[in-house]
Amino acid sequence: MPKYMVIMRSTDETLAAFENVDFNEIMDQMGRYNDQLIKAGVLVAAEGLDGAPGVVIDYSSQPPVVTDGPYGETKELFAGFWILNVASEEEAVEWARRAPLAGPGSKAEIRRVASIDEFPQDNEWIQKERAWREANGQL
Amino acid sequence: MSIRDTTGDPARQAVEAVWRVESTRIIGGLTRYTGDFALAEDVAQEALAEALVSWPRDGVPESPAGWLMAVGRRRAIDAFRRRSLRDEKYAVIARDAARTGSVDGSDTDPTPEDLLDPDRIDDDRLALLFIACHPVLSKESQVALTLRAVAGLGTDQIARTFLVPVPTIQARITRAKKTLGAARVPFGVPAAEDRAERLSSVLNVIYLIFTEGSSASVGEDWIRIDLAAEAIRLARTLVQLVPDEPEAYGLLALCELTAARFPARVGPDGEPVLLADQDRRRWDRSAIRRGTAALAKDSSFGRGLGPYGLQAAIAACHAVAPSVDETDWDRIVVLYEALGRIAPSPVVELNRAVAVSMAQGPEAALPLVDDLVARDVLRGSQLLPSVRGELLIKLGRSEEARQELELAIRLTQNARERAVLERKIAGLP
Repeated sequence: MPKYMVIMRSTDETLAAFENVDFNEIMDQMGRYNDQLIKAGVLVAAEGLDGAPGVVIDYSSQPPVVTDGPYGETKELFAGFWILNVASEEEAVEWARRAPLAGPGSKAEIRRVASIDEFPQDNEWIQKERAWREANGQL
Repeated sequence: MSIRDTTGDPARQAVEAVWRVESTRIIGGLTRYTGDFALAEDVAQEALAEALVSWPRDGVPESPAGWLMAVGRRRAIDAFRRRSLRDEKYAVIARDAARTGSVDGSDTDPTPEDLLDPDRIDDDRLALLFIACHPVLSKESQVALTLRAVAGLGTDQIARTFLVPVPTIQARITRAKKTLGAARVPFGVPAAEDRAERLSSVLNVIYLIFTEGSSASVGEDWIRIDLAAEAIRLARTLVQLVPDEPEAYGLLALCELTAARFPARVGPDGEPVLLADQDRRRWDRSAIRRGTAALAKDSSFGRGLGPYGLQAAIAACHAVAPSVDETDWDRIVVLYEALGRIAPSPVVELNRAVAVSMAQGPEAALPLVDDLVARDVLRGSQLLPSVRGELLIKLGRSEEARQELELAIRLTQNARERAVLERKIAGLP
């Protein structure tokens, strides 16, 4: 069964709207949603990103330019993700539709996670990556 | 590489995806509404069929589950009206429904949203698993009903997977529902005194689905459902629903640890690769990690491992070993001995003999195999002569080995296996 990443994307507008929502309420909704994913046997991994401003590196010029996080530019922010083990992209979409992400500018993006088996297996770096995955049981 | 199915009908796939996510909630809710699992399953399937016609035409409704539940509920009331013409019991129900709008005669008829009660989903899902795997049903009916009512697969998907015509699966499900009705099997979690037997049946069905998937021929039709993955999903669901049952974790561990080897079990030309010859770097490490964690959970109950847990423990010995030679064969021998006591079978004894051969050498294993031969078990299977032949090769008894391998060739149905045996004969001095 393929894996899909459901990527939470939000804007400054989304974050502003969430500031008015009770944190316990958010925890409750998110907890219930994750519980559904677990009980359906589809959740592989999930992480949320810290809300504090991060750092952006722009590689358009060399050396790359490092600036403060993308806040205040109303650009889309990557806010967290779920990885789901489901039968099809359509099923991943169905699960993502149910995520408690309602809000202005709030979006989710669904992408299939490529498997290491899809890369050339005779490449020495792929072989090294395999060994690393073997050692620590990474996805 | 894109795995997006571009040949299928996207609207149909959207309906199927909704069904996958919502089927247990809908069938569970409708069963509580009608008090009749067979009827609920029928009307839920009718609602699904209606969605397949109307959603592509009118668009997917805002609340797909609510839509399906509303249609199912309406069809259930229609069914009660039809039945009322020939059965006084249903006539009463239908009159109540007409008077109050409610099948159970209460003043407030539940809305589709009431029936989709999120607090009932766990109980409903478990009750569905228990009823679909009920011991009054044949194994093949249990498998078909579990895949349709619990995993949310369509009849056509199940039929393609088992390479049988759609009406065959349809007939199995219809017969299963008639049997459940005739046996007056209630919908719900079984009583404490029946629980062990009923749970064992659920575990067995999930494992059957898994082995059906893991033994499927290689290079299979892409459209076939990945049954092993379906079974793992069901096992993951089960441990959430019955978190106090060690064997549920044992089953999950066994499935995860066995599936971890799938990427390495087929060679470049589609030929099966035996455990000893597998490239262990290709094993799925995250599946091994999940399987090992489930096995640790099983052990943590301190109640001793059951048949699934013991098989999982054997699979774990292989999973953590860097090579065949560095495998803890002594431990595997002990685990097979334990498995042979609680779940005796000639295949387990034969596997134990293979492990003894690895741990102590072929001379220790041969008497165990000869004992099986003397008891005339596993007759007609190539397993016994091929293992005996292998032991005789190691003991340097080439002529006897040749005879055993030739017998195994006569008994095998599988062309690839025959080729492997023929290579062994060709390699004899």
